[in-house]
Amino acid sequence: MKRLFHTGLILMSNENIVVIFPHPDDESFGASGTISKFREEGHPVTYLCGTLGEMGRNMGNPVFANRETLSSFRKKELNEAAKQLDIDVEFLGYRDKTLEFEPRDQVAAHLREKIESLHATIVITHYPGYAVHPDHDALGAAVVAAVQGIEETKRPQVWMHAISNDHASHLGDPDIVYDVRPYWEQKLAAIKAHLSQADGMMSLIENHDQASEQLERLKTERFYKYIFN
Amino acid sequence: MDAIQQKSVQNKIDQLANKKVYVHLETTNGAYASHFDENAYNVGAFIRNAEVSYQHGKIVSTGGSYRVGLKLDLGWVYAEGLTDYEIDNKDRLLMAGHDREGRLMVALEISETPFSHGADPDE
Repeated sequence: MKRLFHTGLILMSNENIVVIFPHPDDESFGASGTISKFREEGHPVTYLCGTLGEMGRNMGNPVFANRETLSSFRKKELNEAAKQLDIDVEFLGYRDKTLEFEPRDQVAAHLREKIESLHATIVITHYPGYAVHPDHDALGAAVVAAVQGIEETKRPQVWMHAISNDHASHLGDPDIVYDVRPYWEQKLAAIKAHLSQADGMMSLIENHDQASEQLERLKTERFYKYIFN
Repeated sequence: MDAIQQKSVQNKIDQLANKKVYVHLETTNGAYASHFDENAYNVGAFIRNAEVSYQHGKIVSTGGSYRVGLKLDLGWVYAEGLTDYEIDNKDRLLMAGHDREGRLMVALEISETPFSHGADPDE
C-alpha cells in the first residue's frame, strides 16, 4: 500500500491536532493509527468527545453494563484509551443520539471556541453525509461550520473520515491515506480499552480472521480534506 | 443485570403502582443496521423520563423472554423481549432484552426519581 504522507507539510511546523467525534471509541476505530503517528512525531493531540455514548447498544459481552451505568463505563474506557494513545480528552457534554437535534449554530459556536483556544492546525472529524451514524454526520457538519467561521489565515485544515458504503463512489479517492500497520499495537490497545464496545472487533482480531474485510479496513486510515471557498 | 425473576419484578411493579414514576422506554437495532446489511432497516425509538402513574402492571413470561404492560389512566406502557433485570442502588427497576452478543434490543426502566437527562460528564 502506498503511503501518501505529506512530509513537508506536517513536519515543518508544529501541528496541534484536534480530533472531534461524538462517541467514546470513534477515535480508536477511526483515527488511532493517525493519532499515534502524530504523537510519535511529538505533536499534541486533543480528543473532543461529543457525548458519553450513553445510548450505545453494546453492553459488554458478557453483559456488564446497563443503560444507566453505560456512560460511566464508557467514560472510563475512553480515559484508558487516551492513556494508551497519550492524548488529552475533553467531553463536550452532548447526549448520545441527539446531536442532530441541537441547533447547528450553537454547536458550531461551541466547537469554534474550543478549536481556537487549542490553536488547532488540523481538525479530524467525520465527513458529514457519509458517516452513517446521525451523530457523526451532525457533529462533522458542525465542525465544518465552526471552521468556516474562523478567519481564513487562522483556519485549521479539516480532515474528514467517511464510513458509508457509497462514499468512495461519490467522493472519489481520499486525500490522505495512512497505512497504520506500524501503529497497529497502539491501535489495538486503544480499541481494547473500550471493553464494553469492542467485543465484536476483538473476536475478529483474536480469531486471526485476516480475511475479514472489517479488520482489513482498520489497517488503513483515510481522510478527505474539506475545501473552504 | 441478572436473568429476570418474574416474581421479584412483579413485586417491584406492584410497589411502584399508583405513584408518580419516571419511565425510560427504548427499542433499537442500532445505527449501523442498514450499513452492514442493505436489506435491513434502521428502526429505533426511545422516550426518557416520561412522567406517568400506572394503575397496575404485569410481567408475562413467553418462555424465552418477558413482556411487561403498565395500565395508565389514559393509555399503556408496553415492552416485549425483556430478558434481564436489576433493582439498582437508586431502587429503580431496570429491565432490558439483549441479543446473543449482549447487545441491547429493548429497555424498560421505572424510577421514582428522574433518570439523568444531560450527558452529565461528572456523574
